[in-house]
Amino acid sequence: MSTLAAPDAPHAGPPAAAVIPPSILLRQVSKRYGAVTALRGVTLKFAPGEFVLLLGPNGSGKSTLLRVAALLARPDTGQVDFADAGGVVLRDPREVKRSIGFVGHNSLLYDDLTAEENLLFFARLYGLEHAAARVADSIGATGLWKRRGDLVRTFSRGMRQRVSITRALLHRPGVLLLDEPAAALDREAVGWLAQALRALHDSGCTVLMSTHGRSDLTALATRAVRLETGEVKSDVGGPAAEAEA
Amino acid sequence: MRSPFLLPVAGLALVGAAAYAIFFVAPEEATMGAIQRIFYFHIASGWTAGVAFLLAFAANIAYLAGRAPKWDWLGVASVEVGLAFCTVVLITGPIWAKPVWGIWWTWDARLTSTLVLWLLYVSYLALRSLVEDPRRRAVACAVFGVFAFLDVPLVYFSIRIWRTQHPQPVIAGGEGSGLDPVMWQVTVLTMAALMGVMALLVWQRYRLEALRQQTAELALP
Amino acid sequence: MSLLRAAAWVLLKEMRTEWRTRELLTTTVVFVLMVVVLFSFTFDPTREESRRFSPGLLWLSFLFAGSLMLNPSFTREQANDTWQALRLAPVEPFAVLLGKIGANLLFLTLAEWLLLPVFGVLYDVSLLRVLGSLAGVLLLGTLGLCVVGTVFAAISAQARMRELLLPVLLLPALTPVLIAGVEATAGLLEREPRLDWTWVKILAGFDVVFLAASYLTSEYLAEE
Repeated sequence: MSTLAAPDAPHAGPPAAAVIPPSILLRQVSKRYGAVTALRGVTLKFAPGEFVLLLGPNGSGKSTLLRVAALLARPDTGQVDFADAGGVVLRDPREVKRSIGFVGHNSLLYDDLTAEENLLFFARLYGLEHAAARVADSIGATGLWKRRGDLVRTFSRGMRQRVSITRALLHRPGVLLLDEPAAALDREAVGWLAQALRALHDSGCTVLMSTHGRSDLTALATRAVRLETGEVKSDVGGPAAEAEA
Repeated sequence: MRSPFLLPVAGLALVGAAAYAIFFVAPEEATMGAIQRIFYFHIASGWTAGVAFLLAFAANIAYLAGRAPKWDWLGVASVEVGLAFCTVVLITGPIWAKPVWGIWWTWDARLTSTLVLWLLYVSYLALRSLVEDPRRRAVACAVFGVFAFLDVPLVYFSIRIWRTQHPQPVIAGGEGSGLDPVMWQVTVLTMAALMGVMALLVWQRYRLEALRQQTAELALP
Repeated sequence: MSLLRAAAWVLLKEMRTEWRTRELLTTTVVFVLMVVVLFSFTFDPTREESRRFSPGLLWLSFLFAGSLMLNPSFTREQANDTWQALRLAPVEPFAVLLGKIGANLLFLTLAEWLLLPVFGVLYDVSLLRVLGSLAGVLLLGTLGLCVVGTVFAAISAQARMRELLLPVLLLPALTPVLIAGVEATAGLLEREPRLDWTWVKILAGFDVVFLAASYLTSEYLAEE
């Protein structure tokens, strides 16, 4: 499977209509799963355009934080608000979801559909215009054009992750949330993703990424937030951010 | 701090008063004899179960509206107590039917509906025991509880129409049968007594559930 | 994106996924067939008795099949976490639920219609002359089954023992559908076929009540 054409950077144009992404505000957010408290009273604000690394040992609450920010998990106490440039809180969850892209541990793809069918389905759910053309474009950029008609079931792990990331970027989200993306990628794919993140960051997207150590992906970080047992232990901004990883 | 004996004593007093009325105040029924006295418990338990399930329905909706855990506790307490009274109905029915009709189960519309409802709310408890995360469990049970209660009138009417098409012996004299005024009073008294007992039991179960949940949250971060 | 359009896309996705493997459809058809045949060993299908028992056997087979084939709507979404992908999308939770109800309705109805001719032959009942009314009754009943069943499948997907839990939750709740379906079908299969509108109304009422309840509770089903 290594005879793929060298991919271009995946299409990650400016957020829809070149609008500034919303800022994210978590206020006193707590979340427990059964007897385990994943987050305790976390208060964080993510301004548009930031590239934030989420650091911390396993079980520190990084994944939960990302899920809460993606509106996948509902906090037990506290609030998650998305606010536009003028500080007005966006109330419609559907509008907020349009600006969120999420890359998780699993591929979030249907094994029994082809790569193309998967992307088309999500393009349609996101209400994208000229869905077929955009999907074709995006697949081309992953270097998997020849495999577009093959079932995702037949893909290698690295290929799946590429399609998965493409799926997350398809609707050009202003906020991208990634949960340890490097974990499932081979070195070539990491480079590919790094290029994508660079392009996104340059166009003003907010990126929130949990990670374990330094890699090509952490070079762009503008801020590093460290979590421990569900609480914010440190919050470092500026050039020192990458050093934290 | 109230004495822990207060509530059980109150409950016993209520049931005692009802029992006295049933056995010593109510006149003996003309055709069926002494066995008819079980009618009071049978009917009163049925109504009490219904009120308990209605309470559960209200608690379920309140939980979905605000997610306050206390509604989840009230929900499970009401269902368990309602189920207990449902069981009384299902036991007293056959006890009556056997001497009067000669068979244990007569497919009487009310009794059959009660059986289905019993199964439905038992499955509520099955669901409750099989979802581990307290939050998810509360939401799952609340949604199921809403569906279950909305089903109650549909179950009742479909079984009733079904039984009118295939008539069978009716337990407890059917809907429109006249009641001696004293019998009527005893019926109302028994209903009040059992509803009082129901309230006491729900209150106790509610407190138990509250303690359980709070303890679980204290254990290990 | 309107509710119905989003639901339609979900329905198409379900159909396409099922078309790739066809495992749900084929297994359901085989199961229903097995139940019908097994019932005929239990109740000796002489002409008179079979006419009396056959509506019940038919509906019981559909009910059992339904309570087994509804779980995959949600357990299939647990592989690769595609359920999260659906929750991330800017669509109403009810759209996803409606799409899945539609898919289940389609698959179960297909299985029912594949079975009807076999049923007609095994029990020597004349279905052709009442086909229209029978189709209507089956549709209303199967719709009720699928609405309540899909919601309960969503609920039990988060629980342990989910394959056993779904029938436990579903079968008592579907009592009105079973009674009304059987009685209506029995009326249609008599020597002088008649359609008892009382039962049709009960089926329709059941469908309306629970579609509304599903709409009102759909957002809670999608939660974490």
